[in-house]
Amino acid sequence: MDSESHKSTATKLVYMANQIATFFHSQPKDEAAAAVADHINHFWEPRMRQQFFDILEQQNNGLDALVVEAAKQIRKPGPVPV
Amino acid sequence: MSLVHEIDYGTPASLSEKMVTLTIDGSEVTVPEGTSLMRAAMEAGIQVPKLCATDMVDAFGSCRLCLIEIEGRNGTPASCTTPAMEGLVVHTQTKRLKDIRKGVMELYISDHPLDCLTCAANGDCELQDMAGAVGLRDVRYGYEGDNHVFAKNEGVSNDRWMPKDESNPYFTYDPAKCIVCSRCVRACEEVQGTFALTIEGRGFSSRVSPGMHEHFLDSECVSCGACVQACPTATLTEKSVIQIGQPEHSKVTTCAYCGVGCSFKAEMRGEEVVRMVPYKDGKANRGHSCVKGRFAYGYSTHKDRILNPMVREKITDPWREVSWEEAYKHVANEFRRIQYQYGRNSVGGITSSRCTNEETFLVQKLIRAGFGNNNVDTCARVCHSPTGYGLKTTFGTSAGTQDFDSVEHTDVVMVIGANPTDGHPVFASRLKKRLRKGAKLIVVDPRRIDLVRSPHISAAQHLQLRPGTNVAVVTSLAHVIVTEGLFDEKFIRERCDWEEFQDWASFVSSPEHSPEAIEELTGVNPQTLREAARLFATGGNGAIYYGLGVTEHSQGSTTVMAIANLAMATGNIGRKGVGVNPLRGQNNVQGSCDMGSFPHELPGYRHVSDESTRDIFDKLWGVKIQDEPGLRIPNMLDAAVDGTFKGIYIQGEDILQSDPDTKHVAAGLEAMECVVVHDLFLNETANYAHVFLPGSTFLEKDGTFTNAERRINRVRKVMSPLNGYADWEVTQNLAKAMGLNWNYTHPSQVMDEIALTTPSFAGVTYDLLEKEGSVQWPCNEKAPLGTPIMHINGFARGKGKFIRTEYVATDERTGPRFPLLLTTGRILSQYNVGAQTRRTDNVMWHEEDRLEIHAHDAENRGIRDGDWVKINSRSGETTLRALITDRVSPGVVYTTFHHPTTQANVITTDFSDWATNCPEYKVTAVQVGASNGPSDWQVQYDEQARQSRRIKVLDAAE
Ligand code: SF4
Ligand code: SF4
Ligand code: SF4
Ligand code: FES
Repeated sequence: MDSESHKSTATKLVYMANQIATFFHSQPKDEAAAAVADHINHFWEPRMRQQFFDILEQQNNGLDALVVEAAKQIRKPGPVPV
Repeated sequence: MSLVHEIDYGTPASLSEKMVTLTIDGSEVTVPEGTSLMRAAMEAGIQVPKLCATDMVDAFGSCRLCLIEIEGRNGTPASCTTPAMEGLVVHTQTKRLKDIRKGVMELYISDHPLDCLTCAANGDCELQDMAGAVGLRDVRYGYEGDNHVFAKNEGVSNDRWMPKDESNPYFTYDPAKCIVCSRCVRACEEVQGTFALTIEGRGFSSRVSPGMHEHFLDSECVSCGACVQACPTATLTEKSVIQIGQPEHSKVTTCAYCGVGCSFKAEMRGEEVVRMVPYKDGKANRGHSCVKGRFAYGYSTHKDRILNPMVREKITDPWREVSWEEAYKHVANEFRRIQYQYGRNSVGGITSSRCTNEETFLVQKLIRAGFGNNNVDTCARVCHSPTGYGLKTTFGTSAGTQDFDSVEHTDVVMVIGANPTDGHPVFASRLKKRLRKGAKLIVVDPRRIDLVRSPHISAAQHLQLRPGTNVAVVTSLAHVIVTEGLFDEKFIRERCDWEEFQDWASFVSSPEHSPEAIEELTGVNPQTLREAARLFATGGNGAIYYGLGVTEHSQGSTTVMAIANLAMATGNIGRKGVGVNPLRGQNNVQGSCDMGSFPHELPGYRHVSDESTRDIFDKLWGVKIQDEPGLRIPNMLDAAVDGTFKGIYIQGEDILQSDPDTKHVAAGLEAMECVVVHDLFLNETANYAHVFLPGSTFLEKDGTFTNAERRINRVRKVMSPLNGYADWEVTQNLAKAMGLNWNYTHPSQVMDEIALTTPSFAGVTYDLLEKEGSVQWPCNEKAPLGTPIMHINGFARGKGKFIRTEYVATDERTGPRFPLLLTTGRILSQYNVGAQTRRTDNVMWHEEDRLEIHAHDAENRGIRDGDWVKINSRSGETTLRALITDRVSPGVVYTTFHHPTTQANVITTDFSDWATNCPEYKVTAVQVGASNGPSDWQVQYDEQARQSRRIKVLDAAE
């Protein structure tokens, strides 16, 4: 069955990132990319950001152009402390 | 231990600032102008006999017991209705007065049963007290004549006699004992605002009656109990008092249900609660309460409570009772094993917005210091996280701006996406009182909530928008205010960034945001919208109150910012009577957020990436807190399904029932290797748990709750925990089992640690709370007694920030397959997932969740009122019974989510707020059709739940 529950985490992350971009699209242009990056840095746990970078490398990843632009300013996750 | 006594001044306090001085029985007393002589006397310590007056309601002057004499005036006026004036000389006890009072009492007693010894009110009856006070020694009239006391007079049935009404589960009405003082009627009108009671008949034949001679349960009565509290006799009496007897000691504590945070006296006999009486000094509720707080505490001793810890290897096994030690050891070993195997970040926890601040603080401390990660979240995620984000961005702090008293100074109230009469009843009563005195009301809600039209109240405007279009409507209100030049330029120039304002003003002014342009989208009449905007901007003090109908949307945070914009643009911030007021759902939503329950924030809303904040905790706790945000609840579940998140400790929340997209939650929990549920009952989440730790109720522990107005209220222990330990002790023991060296012996020490580490709590101690009753944070050097109103001389962030709020339609759209929009809410008698209220007599008001549907939509589908209907969405399907109503518009259906069998969240989707992931509960595209009974999922789920709740009985041989 094609239920919402079976959406993969990757699909969800793309969706969430684009949702954030949608909001900042309406904000003043010069701050938008930085604001998207800032938001993701603030709220996304490292493994989510890692998955995000994996997605970013794929062709046709479905990411909004603003998200792609913001990616430069999104922090690369470091190793998990043991 | 003794009873907490409150003085009854007889009439309400006067708010006048002008003082007058007079002499009563030889003592001089100074009181505000407008104070009654009765109250003035009481202030001087002189108690004038009275029956029909009490200080919760206005004086009525009917019993004639409180007469006094005034020098230079004729007659004997009633002290409850005569105002104090400069220079009066008053006598409360003269021969003439004594004779009149005796006569009055004689008449009362002659129509009152004399069964005092066996009466439930014995020892707590004002009629009895007054008979004593006036020195009544004999009654000349017998019972032979007309009376209301006996069913039969000399063998003939007595028409005046009425049987007891025992229909309400919590109190009885015995008309034989009524003295027709009308205190109950006035309490219902003035305090509660329901107008359920009347005095039926005239003169001697008059009697109190709910509605048109109905039973209490069938009447408009909402069982708030204000009338019971007001009744001076045993006429209206709590059934618990009838059963148990009069209390012998009491303690002041705080309701554990909703975010109003009402103060109560828990009146006890030993460790048994006799009754809960709202506390007049409670600054949130001022002596009032609703049916939940006053009456629905029976769950605390319900037989379903689990009192022993339990463990099982697989969730398909039956539960096995174990010792506490074994349970702690099991959890500690499992979490350590999982972390060793899958990494440090593979476990986490959820704090409860029902537990105390101290308990919440300890759970997040256990996770950050013990688990060594930031994977902590709270169920506030699913309700008010957008408030945090939105208000922090615009004002600089995520808290509501006012105290509840503020509503008394409001001229225009805008209620958006909230249903106060059901969700926040005591605040609703206070709001209605203000509305009856003339304040104007604007309601923005898809459904015609009770407030829109209730006795003596009618909303000036109801913007009945389509679910999901809040941003468009609120932005359009701003459009009207800006384009018609109704904004408060002086305020904006002084307090906000003028350039940002201009940018925002040009954004909202654009024609596509006009009421006419959005009508098709929102369904709101443009003229109504314009008038609402004008009223709000020009009607005087404007206050906005909002609830989950704002936050639980994919644009929840955007709406919160739009609301903040509106308040700033109209200058409605920073004084009494105005402000932005989020109505919080659960009792300690505010507190759980304050205490660092979010994965990105340490206590006091400081981001984990902030080194100086981490440093405070690192030093005190001797650890190194990670500088990266942790997982939020939905992310934890995603990670669980992906196999990187394996263990969770859940205190006092039922995520399986309360979170959206049940199937996904279930899949996440199922994928974990150690789920620990710490709760009162085997809740729905516990069906997926490996360890169950029994929880304790608010009656069984000390601590604090923080209500929607940031008020820190004490919770006081009145009975020993049935399960043996308060929740904070369980968390501490678990921490110890994991090797942490915690040694708290009382929750006050946890509060000391909170104060030490968190600037907005720096001044809070249990001693201060003992002295002040309660304080509102920030409470520190700058505000030693707390802060009732925020942003008085400027915003917490400096300048208020205007933000553009573009409407974006949710992706949850209607279409041919799912043509209707489902929105959800709650009702008065039940609370959240209903785990507690379903275990009390409150079920008499709400046996099941019903689907509200407009007659037009019902007819198209051949559905009649009461039919079983099937409701499906992209996520799933469930069944419930239909209720045909015109409260919702065609195209919109509505239900509550209090009962697990309904499984309303099987149909809600995983769409969520863009900024906070707060789920979009308030909009789901659905189809509704006739059905024969429970869905497959419901049947399957019931079976699984039944299997999962089995507890293995150890037989004697083992
Ligand atoms: S319980 Fe409340 S609503 Fe019911 S009659 Fe009494 S005061 Fe009115
Ligand atoms: S029921 Fe109680 S409060 Fe109401 S009129 Fe009778 S005696 Fe007074
Ligand atoms: S549920 Fe809310 S309104 Fe009702 S008594 Fe408790 S705190 Fe007060
Ligand atoms: S108390 Fe004043 S008339 Fe009854």
